[in-house]
Order: sequence, then structure tokens, then C-alpha cells
Amino acid sequence: MFIIKYIKEVYRGVKSLLVGMKRTLYYFTHHKEIITQQYPDNRDTLVMAERFKGEVVMPHNEKNEHRCTGCQACELACPNGTIKVVFKNELTPEGKKKKAIDKLVYHLELCTMCNLCVEACPSDAIKMAQTFEHSVFDRSELTKILNNPGSKIMDGVE
Amino acid sequence: MWSFSHIANELHEWLSSIFNPTWTLVIEMVLAGVAVIGLFAALGLVLVLMERRVAAWIQIRLGPNRVGPQGLLQSLADTLKLIVKEGLTPSGADKLLFNVAPFIAMIVAMLLMAPIAFAKDFQLWDMNIGVLYVSAVSSIMVISILMAGWSSNNKYSLMGAMRSGAQIVSYELSAGLSILTIVVLTGSLQVSDIIHAQATGWWIFKGHLPVWIAFVTFIIAVTAETNRAPFDLAEAESELTAGFHTEYSGMKFALFFLAEYINVFIVCAIGATLFLGGWMPFHIGNWTQFNHVMDYIPSSIWFFGKTFFLIFLIMWFRWTFPRLRIDQLLNLEWKYLLPISMINLLLATAMAILGWHF
Amino acid sequence: MYRETSILNDSSPVSPAGDDGAGNITINVGPQHPATHGVLHLVITLNGETIKKVEPHLGYIHRSIEKMCESLTYRQFIYVTSRMDYLSSHINNHACALCVEKGLQVEVPPRAQVIRVLMDELTRIASHELWWGAMAMDLGAFTPFFHAFRERESINDIMEETCGARLTMNYMVPGGVMQDLHPDFQKRVKEFLHLYKRKIHEYDELITGNIIFQNRMKGIGYLSPEDAISYGCSGPVARGSGVSSDIRKIYPYEIYNKLEFDEVLETAGDSFARYMIRLREMQQSIRIIEQLIDNIPDGDFQAKTKAVLKLPKGEFYQRVETARGELGVYIVSEGGTTPYRIKFRSPGFSNLSVLDHIARGSKLGDLVAMMGTLDLVIPDIDR
Repeated sequence: MFIIKYIKEVYRGVKSLLVGMKRTLYYFTHHKEIITQQYPDNRDTLVMAERFKGEVVMPHNEKNEHRCTGCQACELACPNGTIKVVFKNELTPEGKKKKAIDKLVYHLELCTMCNLCVEACPSDAIKMAQTFEHSVFDRSELTKILNNPGSKIMDGVE
Repeated sequence: MWSFSHIANELHEWLSSIFNPTWTLVIEMVLAGVAVIGLFAALGLVLVLMERRVAAWIQIRLGPNRVGPQGLLQSLADTLKLIVKEGLTPSGADKLLFNVAPFIAMIVAMLLMAPIAFAKDFQLWDMNIGVLYVSAVSSIMVISILMAGWSSNNKYSLMGAMRSGAQIVSYELSAGLSILTIVVLTGSLQVSDIIHAQATGWWIFKGHLPVWIAFVTFIIAVTAETNRAPFDLAEAESELTAGFHTEYSGMKFALFFLAEYINVFIVCAIGATLFLGGWMPFHIGNWTQFNHVMDYIPSSIWFFGKTFFLIFLIMWFRWTFPRLRIDQLLNLEWKYLLPISMINLLLATAMAILGWHF
Repeated sequence: MYRETSILNDSSPVSPAGDDGAGNITINVGPQHPATHGVLHLVITLNGETIKKVEPHLGYIHRSIEKMCESLTYRQFIYVTSRMDYLSSHINNHACALCVEKGLQVEVPPRAQVIRVLMDELTRIASHELWWGAMAMDLGAFTPFFHAFRERESINDIMEETCGARLTMNYMVPGGVMQDLHPDFQKRVKEFLHLYKRKIHEYDELITGNIIFQNRMKGIGYLSPEDAISYGCSGPVARGSGVSSDIRKIYPYEIYNKLEFDEVLETAGDSFARYMIRLREMQQSIRIIEQLIDNIPDGDFQAKTKAVLKLPKGEFYQRVETARGELGVYIVSEGGTTPYRIKFRSPGFSNLSVLDHIARGSKLGDLVAMMGTLDLVIPDIDR
């Protein structure tokens, strides 16, 4: 009958609304379900995933030595022209001239964190760091030189 | 016992002892105006913060927590920002109407404050047509929205305003009918009479079925009348950007924003007065001991408690439901709420005549 | 009643109507508009609230990805495709990797295949989660967005742990995947499955069962199967009209032909059908993940490939099923290290093209609902 159908319709509609309201009331009263993190406050305890791709860095050992041979594999692998290798001539102990890297210029502002340079590096000289707070006031600060000043290539890395 | 009416009477006597009756009245009116504006500011700050907190907790977030302790000063900071913002008037806009519209919204909200009883014997104007006055004045609200939408010279604003016009005009019917249910049961339009009629129990308990239906209808209708979600078609963020106040910025926008919250407060106060007994404490029939215990809680706490409960209900709706479409909105009113509340009014009248309520 | 707005026909100097005399007004939704989720520009002709015509204008986020890919090597161009449909970047990368492998005739190790399928399905769930929240937001319900993000976040955390990024992973390389799975991967995925099963009924409580939502969705935006085919729709949009178009079933790639899952089909063809398709598709993805998560074979995660990849002269085409539909990658090679021409057949473009067809005659409020069910990602449409 029309009236019964009408009342059923109203009942079903109201019930569906009340079910939704019950769900939101549950969240309103259960504050332990809150999932947001207080970001700048939790900086000290924040742990990034170990594989997180934040920026490219070149690890140095305690003697200020790196593993980069200057093979330019990363420069070739990079899709955006982010990495530039600048060379200098160095004298080996035997007195021969040897090509070595002067600077490994890294443009963070162009980098898309695709990890292709790290994959391409044959001597594991570069890796991804887990930093992510890259904001600076001047974009020139984003152009970084990865090798430390006065650093040398590690012994045994060819 | 300490109460608002006590303070008001003392103030009146003190003023009468210094000035002649005319000046006393003028000074009292100014004081009342200042108090209302102060209440507006306070309510705006509290309600905005409350809305954000309710929304945050429902949405498994924390909500504002940076400005001040626990984020309590957040809405103050927002107000400060809105005050220093430039109030732009679009070049194609009708300048007079565009600038007047937010003030009309505010004035309507202010006028509606008059018959509300905030505490025992603490009321600005206890006129004998109090409830009728509320329904009459609240329909002026639509004029400010139409004005804002029309004068903005923006199609989104115009559409929002037209939606709002259709919506408020329709929903006033069922809001009015559900108010009438209580008027029929009480036999008076005066707010103080309605409250005193509930001394032996609130209408929502005394009036059973017809009052329950009227209460639900009233809540739905006022949610629509104040343009709150799920009936926020006038603003309909995802369809009309911001609806009728798309072109407003700075303090003019803030006035609309404030008027929305004040209206929510007022309709909830009316709802609390009509259905939940206003400032009347929770009384059970003639059980004197229990009623005495309840009387120890100040009447203003009863009033604000009930009002804020209803406000929470309306906020709860907003953060749970999706928005209706314009034709569904009108269907809901004309096909469901209006017939239901008409039959309900008939039922309530029969009940009042036959004395079936407690 | 409402449509007879005499104000619209008024020709006073301040008339904002700008109508054509027949009461039709034109409004621009976008490029910046809360409903378009990106820089889509819709020129809508309205009569009152009724839509007469919808004209999508594209190009605001055109980055010429196809041309860019032509100057990049076969290893490099994959990362760019993450930026097309950023919500299913794994699947885009997967399509490109598969196409290059087809040209190179490389056999992908079984472990890599399983990892790829797992990642694809996780991405599909994450994409549908975001769509669910965003569509509810289009309809004016804000809360579901945050609830959907809770589940999506845990997928993103899994991605971050294994792939090192949350949105544009660049994890697929020709011949396999870039890194092996993280040791915690299985545990984290199981945690996610647990969370998902605990919370999935809330989706029905909050939105699906809601009477307002059902009235907004049912019977609007009807798309007939014939139209779905002739407009080239794919994915959930086509399947909502009952057109079988799941590439995982029709042209199986990787190990999809060995897996047990159903192609989700609805026949109603309206917005609600398209909505239900995506919700049920999430269940199927969960089913696939459950089959694979304990059966990841040991072995290499990457096949041995040369340092410099060269595709033989010829044309290669690979299609995959993204969260939005069929993504086709077409590579023309001249035998060099870079593609001569690349063409992407993106699902969003064809799905957007039906918007005008299904929106005519409905109300303005329905337009956002329809756009929601088409699940448009604007960078995917523009490229």
C-alpha cells in the first residue's frame, strides 16, 4: 500500500542516516583513533624509512676519502641533468698526471629522486639520504657540491 | 542566589536612583546593545572553535592546537587576520547593495536575540508574540543572501542566492508548523509563558509523539534555514565555489560567517526554549525534592547547556552527511516534511484539546 | 518553480546573467575550482540549474611528456610516466617497463613479476581510496576523505619502506624492479590487510548506505554500453556499463592469468554502478594480494640487462589496467638508445570525453558527482 511504502521509505532513510551518525560519534568520542602526527614537534623522534629518497649524498670516511672515480655513469644516467662531474688533474705519488674529480656538482632543485644515478654508480660512491627539509631562501643554495673540500679517492677504488 | 536577573535588577535600581526614567531606559538600551555585540563576538569565537574541534575529532584529527593553549586562541587569530584583510568590492558589483548585505545579515541576527530568555527573568524583550516575531524576523535573512548574491555580479553568487531563496522560503513552512505544535500545546506565543508551561517537565517529555516528530522536523528545517550542511546548497563549495559570498573578503566575509554561526545559535536557542524548556531546570512532575536539587543548578547553565547540545547536533550532521541536490532538497520539504508536520500539527491540536499530554 | 528565474532574463546594467536571451548562461568551472581536483576547465552552459552543454578545455597542465620521453633513454623515460597519472604511478611505470621488455625480449624473473603485481594492486587500492574520499568530498561529505586517507597512508608507508617514495616511486625498471623487497614488507602488508578489513564496513556506514548519497548517485549520469564503447571508455567507467574491459583478464600480462580474481561488472551504467565497481575492485585487489603475499618466490628481483638498452627497430605496444582504465604505451624504435616516438593512450582522456554526453539535462550538483565517478586525474588527461 502507498502509505506503508511511504513509511518504510522514511524509516529506511532515517536508519541509514543514524548509522552514519553513530559512526562519526564513535570517532568523536574515541580520541585514540586520531592518526595525525604533530610534525615539527616530533622532529626528534621522527624516523624516516631507510630507503627514503631525500637527496643524493656522497659518503666520506674519517680520512675524508670518498669512493668516486669520476666515471660519469651517474651523469649519464640522470634524466634531468642534475649531476655534473668537474675534473682536475692530480699528480700520483709516482709523479704521473692522473684525472680525478674536482667537484661533483649536484642540482637538488632539478632532482626528481628517481634513484637512477645511485643504481648506475659502479663503485657505490653516492647514495640517497633521508633528509627531506629542503626549503631554502635562495635557490642557489640548492646547488650542492657533493665531495668535501680537499677530499681524495679511497685507496683501492678504481 | 546569584543570577543574571539579580544583577539586572540591581543595575536597574542603581540607574533609577541616579537618572530619571527616560535616561535610565536609554542607558539600559545602550548597555543591552553592547552586551549583545559582546555576546556576538564571544559566540563567534567559541562556535568557530567548537566547529573546528568537532570536525577534527570526527575526522580523526586533532584540530587547532597551535595558537594559545590547546589552540583556544585560534579563532581570535583568524579574526585578526580577517580584520586586516582588504575588503574588496568587485568593479562590476552594485556597490551599495554589495556593502549593505553583510550588515543586514548581522542586523537580522541581532534582532533575533531580543526574545530569547538566557536565564530566569533575564530577557531583553518578553513580548507577547515572541515566537511569531522570531519566525517573522528570521525570514529577512534571505534578503541579505539574495542581495549579496545578486549584487556580486557573479554567476556563482547568483545561483547560490537563488538556491538559498528557494530553500529558506520552503523550509520556513515546516519550521513554522513545528513551532506551532508547541504554541498549540502551550496556548501562548510569549516565550516566558512557553517556558513556564514546562515547569512540570519539558515538552519533549510531556508531549510525547507529536512533539518528538515536531522536534525532528524543527531540527531538520532549521539546519536548512541556516544553510548548514547537508543543506548548504547556497554555499555548495564543490559546485559553486563559495556560493553567495564568493566575492566577499575580509571583514565583510567575516560578518556573513559570523551571522551563520549566530543564526545557528539562535535557532538552537529557540529549539531549546520550545522543546527542552529553555532555562527551566529538569523537573519531574510534582516530585518536589528532585526538582529542588535541580533548581540549584543556575538557570543560565541549563539554557546554554541545552543550546550547545543542539548546536553540537547540527555540527554533527554537517560532518557526517553528503549534500543534497536542489530538487531533492525541495522534494524533502514538500513531499516529506510538510505533510508530516501538517498531520502532526493536527495530532498535537487533538492532543491539546483532549488533554492527552502529561 | 526554481528554474523560472526571472532575474536571469533581466537585462539591467548590473545583470550578472550574461545570458543568450533563451535563459542560458555560461559558467566557467575551473581551471581553479574546488570541484575539479586539478586544472581542468569546464565551460558549462546552464539553463537555471539544468546543464545544457559541458565543454572541457584541456592543456593547463600539459608538460609534453611524450616529447620529453623521446629525448630520454629507455631506462630514464620510465620515471617521467609517474607524473602522468600520479595516483597509479607504479602501474604507469609497469606499462613502460613491460613495453621495453617486449622489445628487448627479456624474461622477467618470477620474483620480480610477483613483486610487480603486488605493488600494482596496492597502488590500485591506494588510488581507489583517494578517489573514494575525494568523491565523497565533491558531494559535500568531508569526513570520509580523512578516513580514506588513514588506509591510504598505510599503503604509502609500505611503498616508502620498499620503494623509497610515497607517490612517484620509480620502482619498476626494464627487467624487474629496482630494489628487492624490504624485509618487513610481508609483515606490513598483512598489517594493512588487517586494518583494511577492520575498517571497510565503515565505508558502507558512512557513504554507501547513506540515503542522501544513494539518491544523489542512483539513476544519474547514465552511460549505455554502446556509448561506453564508442567513446572508448575503459576501466571502471566502462565496466559500470557492463562492458567487459579488464586488461588483466582480456590480455593478461605478468602472472595475472595464474591468479584467481573476478572482473567486476555492473550493468546499471549510472553513477552508483561506477561507484560500486571501484569499491568491489578494491576487494578483488585484496584477494590478489592475499594470494601472493605468502607465496613470493625466491630468486632474482631483476633480470640481467645491458647497461645501455637498445630496442630493435620496430613498433611495440603494451596495455595494462591502471586504476582508471586501459593505459597503452606505444613505442616506435629506430634501433637507437632513445625512442623515436612514444604515445600514451591514457584512460582519463577517453573517460573525460563522455562527460558532456552523460551530463546533459542533469542538474549542476550532479555534474560534480559524475566527475567524481569518472575519477579524473588531470595530469593523466593532459600529459
